[in-house]
Amino acid sequence: MIPKSKLTLAGGIIIDPVNKNQYQSDIYIEDGIIKKIGKNIKVKDAKIIAIKDKYIAPGFIDLHAHLREPGREDEETIKTGAYAALAGGFTKVCCMPNTEPPIDNEGVVKFILQESARAGYALVLPIGAATKGRRGEEISEIGNLVNAGIVAVSDDGNPISNPFVMRRVLEYSKIFNQLVISHCEVKTLSANGVMNEGIVSTRLGLRGIPDIAESAMVYEHILLADYTKSQLHVAHVSTKKSVEIIRWAKQQGIDITCETCPHYFSLTDEACSTFDTNYKVNPPLRTKTDVEAIKEALADGTIDALATDHAPHLASEKEVEFDLAPFGMIGLETAFSLGYEELVMKRYLDLIDYIAKLTVEPARILKLEPPLITIGKPANLVIFDTKIKWIYPKESIHSKSQNSPFIGKELKGKVLRVVMGEQLFEF
Amino acid sequence: MKFSQKHLLGIAELSKSDILTILDLTENFRQVLDRPIPIVPALRGKTIVNLFFEPSTRTATSFAIAAKRLSADSVSFAVKSSSVTKGETLLDTAKNIEAMKVGGVVIRSSYPGAAHFLAQRLDGFVVNAGDGAHEHPTQALSDVYTIKEHIRKFEGLKVLIVGDIAHSRVARSDILAFSKLGAKIAICGPPTLMPIGIEQTGCEIFYKLDHILTEVDVVQVLRLQLERQQAGLFPSIREYRSLYGLTKERLAKLKKPLTIMHPGPINWGVELDPEVSVSPHSVILEQVKNGVALRMAVLYLLAGRIDPSSMRPDSGGEIDTKE
Amino acid sequence: MNACEIKRTLNRIAAEIKKRNKTIEELVFIGIKRRGATLAQRLAKILSPPPTSPYKRGRSKVGVPVGAIDITLYRDDLQLVAEIPIVRGSEINFDINDKIVILVDDVLFTGRTIRAALAEIVDFGRPKAIQLAVLIDRGHRELPIAADYIGKKIKTKKEDLVDIFVTEEDNKEGVFISRR
Repeated sequence: MIPKSKLTLAGGIIIDPVNKNQYQSDIYIEDGIIKKIGKNIKVKDAKIIAIKDKYIAPGFIDLHAHLREPGREDEETIKTGAYAALAGGFTKVCCMPNTEPPIDNEGVVKFILQESARAGYALVLPIGAATKGRRGEEISEIGNLVNAGIVAVSDDGNPISNPFVMRRVLEYSKIFNQLVISHCEVKTLSANGVMNEGIVSTRLGLRGIPDIAESAMVYEHILLADYTKSQLHVAHVSTKKSVEIIRWAKQQGIDITCETCPHYFSLTDEACSTFDTNYKVNPPLRTKTDVEAIKEALADGTIDALATDHAPHLASEKEVEFDLAPFGMIGLETAFSLGYEELVMKRYLDLIDYIAKLTVEPARILKLEPPLITIGKPANLVIFDTKIKWIYPKESIHSKSQNSPFIGKELKGKVLRVVMGEQLFEF
Repeated sequence: MKFSQKHLLGIAELSKSDILTILDLTENFRQVLDRPIPIVPALRGKTIVNLFFEPSTRTATSFAIAAKRLSADSVSFAVKSSSVTKGETLLDTAKNIEAMKVGGVVIRSSYPGAAHFLAQRLDGFVVNAGDGAHEHPTQALSDVYTIKEHIRKFEGLKVLIVGDIAHSRVARSDILAFSKLGAKIAICGPPTLMPIGIEQTGCEIFYKLDHILTEVDVVQVLRLQLERQQAGLFPSIREYRSLYGLTKERLAKLKKPLTIMHPGPINWGVELDPEVSVSPHSVILEQVKNGVALRMAVLYLLAGRIDPSSMRPDSGGEIDTKE
Repeated sequence: MNACEIKRTLNRIAAEIKKRNKTIEELVFIGIKRRGATLAQRLAKILSPPPTSPYKRGRSKVGVPVGAIDITLYRDDLQLVAEIPIVRGSEINFDINDKIVILVDDVLFTGRTIRAALAEIVDFGRPKAIQLAVLIDRGHRELPIAADYIGKKIKTKKEDLVDIFVTEEDNKEGVFISRR
């Protein structure tokens, strides 16, 4: 059979986060499958892309994004979100169920999978609602959802506030070995707060969300997960106290996983001083002490993975008084650079371990295949440059929304290309 | 006269010298207000819009009078204050105001940062007349001026603020203003009404009133919003008054002179007993009187901000530069 | 002009004021800050009777009332200057209704300062008359203003600088013209 596409990636440094090594090598891909890995590959008629001094890694996996479709296609669609994911180096992106209608029935799951396939960009993996309508009262038809193709359950956007309900969700998910992702927030403590409770919120006169609103539920849910011997993953960890509780739990041998997001280690609550609503997120930006604890937790493995919590909102919704704006910032396209600058350049993680947080760990958590770059496998690669400095420009944001506080800022390290099967994307 | 700001958004942005400039100017405007015709043409032709999202007769009127005394036109932008009839967004309101080319806007909102929001989007100047629990700079400046008139010094002055600090924009602005001028601040109230981290501003916190009341030179009594009791932040009005009210009993026990302030409006019999209003210690009415002069000073300083491109070429230097 | 000449000139102006108004009873002096105010003080002193003389109205046995005004808030060019002008405050601690106000300034140039001063004075009351006394008239009027009493008329170019120094403010005395 005559191969339709021939692509050689020449001169790059391959990062293998599974076996924890890196080596310089060319990669030859034919019809979307990796056919050769070695030095100085020469294949007749192959398109050659020279990537000297650039890195090749397995495509990143985002455990946590909001793609807004169905229901809020004005903010983002599966297609635009999947493309934005690619621009950030993510070839797989999990979408949270707080859509309208929520992902609590198989019709929505199938719709999302269909849209993802049609778009042909990053693979969108739906996360099903843990409770019906995400109301936190009755368990949703998890079996049905699993059959339709979800990869985890969560009520994210909302916490599951009733411990009794959470217990039943954890227990029931065991039938399917399903991961339960928990958004930890004690609503009666967070009580209409709009930013971290502390000296900054006091100065600004804004209602605060105390850090214990997160850590109290983290502790409660970990105890429940241990008690029921089920699979818990804590979403968007943002506080030192949560980190300490998770570290203790892991030391006890409790099998839980967790993630954090770039804004929790690259920004503090001080950023809210200008009342710029792009800094309004939930959980909120925390203090310097929390930021340091997050970074150290990534370094020592307490925090397993890096996710984005990509949350698009319209400019008209965000361009209001701080109290009135919805929570969230987009993050697919900036995550890699922020992590590179704050974690690798500042020596909390070496490059391989950093890439592992974006690839190996999410794969392990979702029980997917370990992301290996081997001959015979379909190409699923991201090419990035660590030496480049670039300004994140508003005009070329690939997401449909532009609510990012990093617009116009200089970022370090950039995703240049993604190769998915026979497709090559350049950014 | 150097004033570093284009807007008055809060005391946080002001330097000590900015505050002193405003106070000196207020002195001049107090004199103007005492004249038979208390009007000067300084801001003739300027239009200042009052944008009050929270009802407030007192502050709105104070600004309106101040504007008119400077010969500026003061206009109220009618806004729907109910959240049910939502009306326009602040952004749309800002665009409308911009289209009408007014000199400046005085805004009061329930939301912190509203004044900053406008300042980023309007060409003219913005005065914060109170944004949620964040700041109320003209009130604090007026309070500081009242103390300047009454006591004349700030270094080492001991000021106490009593009441619902957590929800009070007046408290925040007062703390900043008095501190910048060298006074020492103590705050007193129940822990449930004390904002987290406030001690990092340098204030000393007290949960009981009696002792600290005898140690300070000035006390600013804050209005207790009765809804806070419904929110479960303290058990009853009766208990609040007995612990934190400036009652006639406490007044009687005062040994050294204490200047008593209240930004108004007052819940008589709750945070203040009526005996206070006739007490020689009270400067509450002066706070109001000084408010107009203070706002004139602020408007004069901000409306004087000029776009350099509209400046005339030098005509021999002379036009009346009598400096 | 040097210090001696200034003194002579002020004496002459004072004499003219007295001659024209016949009596000093209704006179009040208002000087335009800062140097106009100093000159007003001096003129008032020259015309004040020695302390022993009786005064019919008994308002001030010390001398002719003198006040000073700062015209900053009445300027017509507030919108055109780069820095906000300092407001110094006005002190007129006497009644000006039905009085003859002698408005005093150091230099009369475009006339705009005097216009502002007139606007301010009438906000204090309704004088019987306002007469203008200036030490120097340097021409180049932009408004129809004329002085009743002129110390010295000098020809200047519009770009020239005319500086007045008075001992009370500047520790020296004199009138100097510099060409640009």
